[in-house]
Amino acid sequence: MADLHFLANPARFRRFSQRVLPGLTLATVLGFAIGLYLALLQSPPDYQQGETVRIMFVHVPSAWLSMAGYALLAVLGASLLVWRHPLAALMARAAAPVGACFALVCLATGSLWGRPMWGTYWVWDARLTSMLLLFFLYLGHIALSRAYDDPDRGDRAAAILALVGAINLPIIKFSVDWWNTLHQPASLMRLDAPAIHPAILMPLLWMAGSFLLLFILLVLVRTETEIDRRRLEIADQNA
Amino acid sequence: MSSYSVFILSAYLVVLVVLGGLTIASLSARSKARRELAARGLDRPREQRARTT
Repeated sequence: MADLHFLANPARFRRFSQRVLPGLTLATVLGFAIGLYLALLQSPPDYQQGETVRIMFVHVPSAWLSMAGYALLAVLGASLLVWRHPLAALMARAAAPVGACFALVCLATGSLWGRPMWGTYWVWDARLTSMLLLFFLYLGHIALSRAYDDPDRGDRAAAILALVGAINLPIIKFSVDWWNTLHQPASLMRLDAPAIHPAILMPLLWMAGSFLLLFILLVLVRTETEIDRRRLEIADQNA
Repeated sequence: MSSYSVFILSAYLVVLVVLGGLTIASLSARSKARRELAARGLDRPREQRARTT
C-alpha cells in the first residue's frame, strides 16, 4: 500500500514509468520473439484440435488479460470513488481502451477457432455472450468517461459502471460450470492439476507472460499521455 | 501447416493489427502530447520553470 501511495503523485508516477519503460519494452519484444517461436514452430499439434491449438496461444492470454483489465478498472474505480486517488481516473482512462482491444482479440480469435472446431463462428452460449458483454462494458466505460464536459464527472460515472460491471467477471469465469455451454470448461485454472500437456502449456504460459508485459507497457504509456493531456487542459483553463 | 492454416494465420493477423495498431496509436499520442507540452514550455518540473522565469 505504501508503494501505491508513492505512485499517487502523477509526477512521481511519470518518473517511475520513464525508468521502467525501456527494460519493459525490451522484455516484451524478447518475450514475443520467443513466445511466437514456441507457439508457431516448436509446439506439437494437439491430439484433438490438431494445428488449430496454435490459436489458443493468443486467444487464452487475451481472454485472461481482458478480464484482469476489467478487474483493474473496478479497483481503480473504487480508488477514485472512495479514496479520490489522483492517478486512478487517469489510469482508468488509459487502461479501458487496452482492455477493450484484448477483449476484441479474444472474441475474434475465438471465433476463428470456433469455425473449424465447432462448425460455426458464433453461438449465443453463456461464455461467449458474457465475454461479448465485457467488450460492451469496456466500450461503455470509454464512452462514459468522455461524455461530460467536466472530466471529473465522466470519470466518476465510468468508475460506477466499472464497479457494477465487475459482477460480469465471475459470470464469465464460472459460466462453463453453471450452464451447459459449447465452450470447454477450465483446463488450466482448476483445483487439481492443469489438464494440458507440458508441450502445449509451456508456449501458452510464455505467450501469456508476453501479453501481460504488453498490457503493462501500454497502460504505462497511455497513463503518461493522460497525465500530459490533463496538464495541457489545466494550462488551457488557466490561460 | 494444415487445411486450417487460413484460420490460424488470420487469428495471428488479428492480434498483429489490433495490438500493433494500439501500440502505434499509444506511442504517437504520447509523442504528440509531449510535443505540445514542450511547445508551451510545460515539459519541465514546476520548480525548474519557476527558476527560469
